[in-house]
Amino acid sequence: MTLTAELTAYPPVSGPSAVAAFERDFATKRRRARVNWAVGSALFLAAFLATAWLGDFFKVTQVTLQDGSREWRWIIPAGLPRLGEYVVQTFPTLRWESLGADLAEWFWRWQVWLRLLIETILIAFMATTLGVIGGFVLSFPASRNLAPNKWVLWICRHYLEIARTVPELVWALIFVFCFSVGPMAGVLAVGLHATGALGKLYSEANENIDMAPLEGVKAAGGTWFDQIRYGAVPQVLPNIISYTLLRFEINVRASSIIGYVGAGGLGQEIRTAMSFQEYTDLSALFVIIFVTVVVIDYGSEKLRHRVIGLGREG
Amino acid sequence: MERHALSLTGLTRRFGENTAVDAVTLTIDPGQFVGVIGRSGAGKSTLLRLINRLIDPSAGEIVFGDRTVNDLRGKALRDWRRHCAMIFQQFNLVDRLDVLTNVLVGRLAHHGFATSMAMQFSDEERTMAIEALDRLDMAPKALQRAGTLSGGQQQRVAIARALVQNPRIMLADEPIASLDPGNATKVMDALRRINREDGLTVLTNLHTLDTARSYCDRVIAMRDGRVMFDGPASGLTDRVVRDIYGSAGLEEFSESVTSTSIQPQAETISA
Repeated sequence: MTLTAELTAYPPVSGPSAVAAFERDFATKRRRARVNWAVGSALFLAAFLATAWLGDFFKVTQVTLQDGSREWRWIIPAGLPRLGEYVVQTFPTLRWESLGADLAEWFWRWQVWLRLLIETILIAFMATTLGVIGGFVLSFPASRNLAPNKWVLWICRHYLEIARTVPELVWALIFVFCFSVGPMAGVLAVGLHATGALGKLYSEANENIDMAPLEGVKAAGGTWFDQIRYGAVPQVLPNIISYTLLRFEINVRASSIIGYVGAGGLGQEIRTAMSFQEYTDLSALFVIIFVTVVVIDYGSEKLRHRVIGLGREG
Repeated sequence: MERHALSLTGLTRRFGENTAVDAVTLTIDPGQFVGVIGRSGAGKSTLLRLINRLIDPSAGEIVFGDRTVNDLRGKALRDWRRHCAMIFQQFNLVDRLDVLTNVLVGRLAHHGFATSMAMQFSDEERTMAIEALDRLDMAPKALQRAGTLSGGQQQRVAIARALVQNPRIMLADEPIASLDPGNATKVMDALRRINREDGLTVLTNLHTLDTARSYCDRVIAMRDGRVMFDGPASGLTDRVVRDIYGSAGLEEFSESVTSTSIQPQAETISA
């Protein structure tokens, strides 16, 4: 009875006119979507071609053929074989009948390399720790929804931006200048870059949280720190652990290259090998780094999945 | 506990062009159970948030006893929020923390930076929390994650959190709007018991008239940010109700359609 009364008091707007209105609106909306798509694709294509042109992708170069004659060629087919030349030079001679001796020859500096590998991993570990501390602390004032005021937000966001925009290698150059050659410069370089990168990732996780628990803490008389500690941190903790493990993988890669400028780790051996033209050493180092990264990737992926609750059943 | 009246004078809050709470003047005596009704957007929720100072007023005064509340800052403001506990429609618990820690959040106003960050609470505080939970029959769930509880249980945990604040006023913003009728009754009964046993002033927003009628000593009705009615629930005649909800177009205003109580509704729908 009462429900009927309500229905007759507010009859739903329907009938042929409502359907016609929908058809019209729908056609307009679809036309607009098509125009947007066409304009977007044209802009993308133009940007892509302009970039390729600036990047010399359309250059034509002169190459010397085997018989000594010279010919004009498009740069990509002209340059690709040289990549092969370089890679082939790094291949070690491995014969089945003397495999042990050949391997020993290939990895002849294994004692030095093993020590440097450990150093590399330790640099990555300590740098990740510093990055996590810095990134964690700064990520809260750098989140739009949590920052106490816009000045703090601005300062924290820009500090993190600068820290991650400058590559590890450049930070390493600066720190080698300040603190001399050695792993400490590497730790600081990788750590500073990781602070910036992690701070950004953490703050994005922070910006997606539910604000209701923070309001609850605030209404009970909690300070800004209480709201973060009790309302925000429990919500973002799984994300933080997951990003941290991912960053550790990235930092192992970064630490293995910064030795190139004297900041410790395997990178210094890469430089030596290149300048002495010990090409097979390069491939040996590549194998070492590759295996290490694969092992750490695998381990941290397992851990990460456990943290975010994937594959617990499997 | 000191018992003071809460008085609002010309309390106003504007959001841009829109005035959510428009020159509200009220006095709420200690120990009253007051319901605030009105349709969505009438300013009920803003009013409660103004009192707890989750929102700053644009104009007007909030006075509790002889203390002016509307311009408190820093520590004094947090202390006021502690005195004037609040529970919410969405409970606002931390899902990933256990029930006990959620209740202990109500003690944070008494803590310094270090103990708060380390989540270190004293044995007395834990006892308080368990006793509060026990009053609401939630003590057995103390070590469960808050997120695993049902809505009604979460709201009772939120009330326990409010109780350990040792508040003088309890504000409740639509405490039963997302609960089923059974749980809604439990939560309202708990609020009434606290009101009677502790003499705690309760000010609650409600979206159903029958709840207001059966629980509140006094009903305040709001429309477009203004107080339209203020008196005992018995004063809510059909004419007043139609005025508040702006349902003049309806031939017959049906309370049972908006009601959450169990009995009458099943019949109306099948008819």
